Amino acid sequence: MSILTEEQARALLKKALSYSKAEQCEINLNGGDSSNIRYARNSVSTSGAISRNSLVVSSAFGKKVGTATINEFDDASLEKVVRRSEELAQLAPENPEFMPFLGPQTYDAPSPTYVAATANLTPKQRADMVQQSLQVAKDNKLTAAGFLENSTGYAAMMNSKGLFAYNTTTDVNFSVTLRTEDGKGSGYATKAYNDVSKMDTLAFSKIAAQKASGSATAKALEPGKYTVILEPAAGIVLLEQLYGSLDARSADEGRSFLSKPGGKTRLGEKLVDERVNIYSDPANPELPTSVWNGDGQPQKKVSWIEKGVVKNLSYSRYWAEKKGVKPLPGADGIIMEGGTKTLAELIKGTEKGILVTRLWYIRAVDPQTLLYTGLTRDGTFYIENGQIKFPVKNFRFNESPVIMLNNLEELGKSERTVSGESGSNALIPPMKIRDFTFSSLSDAV
Amino acid sequence: MNRKQFLYLTGMGFGGAMLSQVPVLGSPISPEAMLQGGVDVATKKRMADVVLNAARSKGATYTDVRIGRYLNQYVVTRENKVQNVVNTESYGMGIRVIANGCWGFAATDKLDNDSIAKATVQAVAIAKENARLQSEPVHLLPQKGYGEVSWKAPIERNAFEVPIKEKVDLLLSVNDAAMKGGANYVNSIMFLVNEQKYFASSDGSYIDQDVHRIWPVFGVTKIDAKTGKFQTRQSLSSPRGMGYEYLMPRESDKIKTAPTTLYRDRYDMLEDAKLAAVQAEQKLKAKSVEAGKYDLILDPSHLWLTIHESVGHPSELDRVLGYEANFAGTSFLTLDKWESKNFKFGSDKVNIVADKLQKGSLGAVGYDDEGVATKQWDIIKDGVLVNYQSIRDQGHIIGLEESQGCCYADSWSSVQFQRMPNISLQPGKTPLSVQEIIKNTEKGIYIIGDSSFSIDQQRYNFQFSGQLYYEVKNGQIVGMLNDVAYQSNTQEFWNSCTAVADKSDYRLGGSFFDGKGQPQQVSAVSHGSATAKFNGVNVINTARKI
Repeated sequence: MSILTEEQARALLKKALSYSKAEQCEINLNGGDSSNIRYARNSVSTSGAISRNSLVVSSAFGKKVGTATINEFDDASLEKVVRRSEELAQLAPENPEFMPFLGPQTYDAPSPTYVAATANLTPKQRADMVQQSLQVAKDNKLTAAGFLENSTGYAAMMNSKGLFAYNTTTDVNFSVTLRTEDGKGSGYATKAYNDVSKMDTLAFSKIAAQKASGSATAKALEPGKYTVILEPAAGIVLLEQLYGSLDARSADEGRSFLSKPGGKTRLGEKLVDERVNIYSDPANPELPTSVWNGDGQPQKKVSWIEKGVVKNLSYSRYWAEKKGVKPLPGADGIIMEGGTKTLAELIKGTEKGILVTRLWYIRAVDPQTLLYTGLTRDGTFYIENGQIKFPVKNFRFNESPVIMLNNLEELGKSERTVSGESGSNALIPPMKIRDFTFSSLSDAV
Repeated sequence: MNRKQFLYLTGMGFGGAMLSQVPVLGSPISPEAMLQGGVDVATKKRMADVVLNAARSKGATYTDVRIGRYLNQYVVTRENKVQNVVNTESYGMGIRVIANGCWGFAATDKLDNDSIAKATVQAVAIAKENARLQSEPVHLLPQKGYGEVSWKAPIERNAFEVPIKEKVDLLLSVNDAAMKGGANYVNSIMFLVNEQKYFASSDGSYIDQDVHRIWPVFGVTKIDAKTGKFQTRQSLSSPRGMGYEYLMPRESDKIKTAPTTLYRDRYDMLEDAKLAAVQAEQKLKAKSVEAGKYDLILDPSHLWLTIHESVGHPSELDRVLGYEANFAGTSFLTLDKWESKNFKFGSDKVNIVADKLQKGSLGAVGYDDEGVATKQWDIIKDGVLVNYQSIRDQGHIIGLEESQGCCYADSWSSVQFQRMPNISLQPGKTPLSVQEIIKNTEKGIYIIGDSSFSIDQQRYNFQFSGQLYYEVKNGQIVGMLNDVAYQSNTQEFWNSCTAVADKSDYRLGGSFFDGKGQPQQVSAVSHGSATAKFNGVNVINTARKI
């Protein structure tokens, strides 16, 4: 089934809702198509296309809720799924944390999350884009492994209290790793956009090729504390551990790095360097996100960390009511303010340091201090007197993003990047950090 | 989705309300729908034949089709509340073809003849379009057709037939036990899986399989109000390829000689929760470890994950060849090491076997997702690398004449590719108890349960943490430690293995969510071992201040 327009979605939801006999009923409708090419050893390894649609009906009687779903949209199927959700609600145990569905909401004008050219990418166009990347590998006698995926989707919801919301999205995601034929050098680049016209697989593959060729003679440095420059693709995987954990409930309950003795939290306190400003903004043209979240709450610009101070924590509707505050959905699309310098200028201004292309296998070590471990990968270089001097062997780090952002030296210009760990997108700057803790060496290339 | 994401989504970190929005998990359905058998085999065969014929007529030289119905059930609780009971179903068809020497794949959740034919045409068109990017045609190891066959997991009690109330009552009892034991918070989850998979191929196989899995898990948190410090203790359960019988404890399956009760093939969730509350409190008072070299005594509840990361993944042939270079990485176990026939992966105590047949394991199936009957084989023999894990389009590279049956997709909508079988350390051949291992250790740490895990992209450098750390001095356990993580190089680590307990201590650990591939897929896999000892491993102290 193709993407439903707003009017088609509204009509379908209205019809489904007309069958409801519950005290409250809420229906979510979503679907989408995605297509991809995966390549390795300079050849296509897998490639495919997938299409899905789903209608999810939640019916509530008091605090008893039932949910059922269907992917057939004829009248009989719609009535069947509504009846089933009602039967389930009558059977379900009461959920003391159930919050009544929201009434009509006012949303800001939709953000440009949908770009037709991205949605309509053909198999030939995808193959052409991958061919450009493969050509870079062949021209430089490197071996390529990469992934290109474009997707389009829609989401709509309607409930018995009059709420209606609709949004469409597109995404194109590209990553490539180029390795030297002797296996001694490796380079990486990744990008994701809503708009495919911004996706230059040739240019990004050339960056990866340069890193691969330049990293083939890596020297071992002693582990220890170093000044590092984290490129955005490296920084995001640590930053997302911080901004993904700005949850009020776990902080209030005493089981978060934001908790303090006696049930207090660090909300309102300076947590990191005062140059750190982190916010989310659905209307940002570089990183547009939906103006409503999954339960129909409006999403607006929110400051999370301002001048180093924890400005807001996310509150579920239940926890907000319990604490007597306004609910606040978690961040969807993070923006960290940067400076004006390019990555090259940051390198130029570094006396001694290490440039990190990518961090890998990030895992929590201690939730109390938000300590994480992981490794550098696919392009790690030693900088001296403002120049990249030589490639270095990869390191394992043990570091907390809180400590890291307190050891901030300088920020570069923010750019859109995508996490190799979670797949989430963000606008963040390259960061120069002092005393970043590398705890051991890795032989991996 | 990896384990970390699962724990996040299912409320170990936050609420479980978003479960139904995770595509890989499917869409919510009613309990009674979970007990219905789905489409009958004859209908599935008819649909499969539509694909096989359509693909052939469009020029495909090989075709396989998977019709999958994937059922999941989650019961999510915290303290005295049921946060969520979710039943999900995902049903559809994945079509894979070779045309012009190149793979193509398409998937659809519309299973009428028109939609099936359209998806088949799409798969062939994709293959033909991409063939111009192909450096050499796909080389597929031959596979005989089995005709119409079936396989069912040997479960004793279908967990989907157990009333929700029974599951809720158990989890709430678990939570109550933890709270009465002094815990401040507790989350518990029961996660059930049933994969109903139908596979057909142009080789002439029509394979119907019914796979069951279960994972009960909890997390207990204890907070020191004065200092604001908190500690957690996660359950010591292992996910299993079993029915609800896994949660029907038997004393004969308990090991009570350790500092905590350990479990073989049945799990006493209630008892473990009581112990967890006590141990979370003890962890708050435990001594912070002094960094340095220690002999590590690793319980199977911990060692499974070290085996998974440092043996399972590097011996995947697709990584060795570079197919995962852009995401999960490559491998230090390069072909030249295997060809040398004398690459000393570990000490002579180290024998590691790949096994898709092991009863009760997560990876056990009758046939893989490209129609190959499953088997068992050696990976490491007396410390030497002797083999890899591979599938039909890669096996020829290491001279195989038939596939090792390691192909798997996590959904009808995912393309199948190489995933690891159960990879297990074999128990010691001579009688040896854990008590004897401890007795023979001067300065060591006995680690139980898994926690943080990270390894580099070629599987050399790793760092692991556990749930419980006991200091061993002069042959005795002298107390509990905290802030422990160990780092090593895979080859050094396995060569430092000086003892493996005998088969009486052998147990399975495992994961529901081993992540790999782009788009990322998960697979469930078990790893067995007996308690093993590794000498002189580097231990770091992970305590920090923010």
